[in-house]
Amino acid sequence: MSRTSTPDRLAALAEERALEATVTQPRKPSRLAVLGAGHVGPVIARLAIRAGYPVAIATSRDPEDIALITELVIPGVQPRWADDAVAGADIVVLAMPLHRFLRVDPRLLASKLVVDAMNYWPATDGVLQGLGESGSSEIVARRLAGSTVVKALNHIGYHELEDQARPAGASDRRAAGVAGDDPAAVAEIADLVDRIGYDPVRLDSLRRGRVLEAGGPVFGAVLTLPEFERAVREAAGSLA
Amino acid sequence: MTYTFGLDTFGDRNSDAEGQSLSHAQTIRNVVEEGVFAEQAGVDFFGIGEHHTGYFPMPAGDVVLAAIAARTDRIRLGSAVTVLSSDDPVRVFQRYSTLNAISGGRAEVILGRGSSIESFPLFGYDLADYEELFDEKATLFAELLKGGPVTWEGKTRAPLLNQDVVPHTESGPFPAWIGVGGNPQSVIRAARLGFSLALAIIGGPPARFAAYSELFQRALDKFGRPPRPVLVHSPGHVAASDEHAKAEFWPRWRDVITLVAPERGFAIPTRESFEREAGPHGALYVGSPDTVARKIATNLRDLAATRFDLKYGLPGMTHDQLMTNIELYGHQVIPRVRELLS
Repeated sequence: MSRTSTPDRLAALAEERALEATVTQPRKPSRLAVLGAGHVGPVIARLAIRAGYPVAIATSRDPEDIALITELVIPGVQPRWADDAVAGADIVVLAMPLHRFLRVDPRLLASKLVVDAMNYWPATDGVLQGLGESGSSEIVARRLAGSTVVKALNHIGYHELEDQARPAGASDRRAAGVAGDDPAAVAEIADLVDRIGYDPVRLDSLRRGRVLEAGGPVFGAVLTLPEFERAVREAAGSLA
Repeated sequence: MTYTFGLDTFGDRNSDAEGQSLSHAQTIRNVVEEGVFAEQAGVDFFGIGEHHTGYFPMPAGDVVLAAIAARTDRIRLGSAVTVLSSDDPVRVFQRYSTLNAISGGRAEVILGRGSSIESFPLFGYDLADYEELFDEKATLFAELLKGGPVTWEGKTRAPLLNQDVVPHTESGPFPAWIGVGGNPQSVIRAARLGFSLALAIIGGPPARFAAYSELFQRALDKFGRPPRPVLVHSPGHVAASDEHAKAEFWPRWRDVITLVAPERGFAIPTRESFEREAGPHGALYVGSPDTVARKIATNLRDLAATRFDLKYGLPGMTHDQLMTNIELYGHQVIPRVRELLS
């Protein structure tokens, strides 16, 4: 399924949200493909399954290689070849080391809504061209010119992501950032983040999403929605 | 069920009572004393993790273990971990087989892929290759452990043709584990190559590793191997009371994690995050002997593990604090855990 971000789509999405607010019937959930079955991928897959999303997971190898992992560690997930997983998905989550992503053929992800949950670690990823002037997700987006990229789920540690998830309205619910240049895509991922257990904070560009990166004010921090919004505001102020 | 209990150190650089750093050399001599004292306190295993920094000046743990071996009779001695990705499996085997000879068969090795990465540039390895480096080297190490002449060819070192690698062990392979930090594919690899599984749990709820323990045994079965033990390695500090232990541990923990956070991708700890980790569902074992014993017993049971290794000490702690920790761990924590699990 291809997706575009035309005004029509925006309008349709807005209508869908309005319907959601009044009708208790949940809409058909998006299908997720998680690429990467290391530290982060299985955690995101489990959270999404718990939230009711159909989820496929893939590595660079034969799905048979991760069959035991999926059975025991991610019950309910579909192990697939990467291209099959992506072809059948509405949302693709990148949960691999950044230097591995640089070997992925961008055509694999063409026309998809892609969530960049990766972080840039110079020691393991090597020196990325163009970094310093821009954030890692902007580099990912430039590489994936045919996709829509949203930065999310990168700033909460994989060992905390499940433990800290809370249902909507919980007093100790934590906030999580969702950044992207395409408002409809940001809205869709904000919805995903909300459903898996976090109060989404929308940032209207990948550029603003730099605030979610390592060394920034929200990376690894346990923050409620007002605390998170304040931290992001203050960081924006200090950059201005 | 037989449970065993270890202590691990990274050679965390000691300070004196006034907070002045001791020399690297004095810190290393203190580690020797701590290892000898661990045996006297009734600890089963003493492990040294390879590090190459000013705050963990411990690149040659096998030499230190040999000194401890010469002064002890019973305690098992091993690496925790050896960064195999930036070492030569033949040399690692030779060093630990030599330790095994000196100690009368008490050597072990825990092989790590390298979550601390300072050894890669030091020895000229490219970190982007660490997955491939580790896989190939662990495969060769498994061959070397078998003891016979080895024929092997790969990308990471010169080939071996029917090579006899000495010294031979007297009674078969010494125990060898692969350290895993939460990547399920590393669990599968340990099973595939026939290593035991060392779960390094340094953050978040330990209970989530129960699935990894089951995954390991199921994978062993799938590869036609018999069950193998699982150990849990976690940081902590034991003192007379919870308050006392936290007061000694927290500022040092904050400082060292803040220091390594940028390169390892850790969050900067806050008092709140520390309290959560030191609480019943966190990964740190900081408290009185009873608090720590209860947490160890719960997690060994939940994770179907039979060994617990406490990573004791932090840069900036005093030798006296560490000796008290060892004494309490050996004399109070271990007997209490055994009691709770019986």
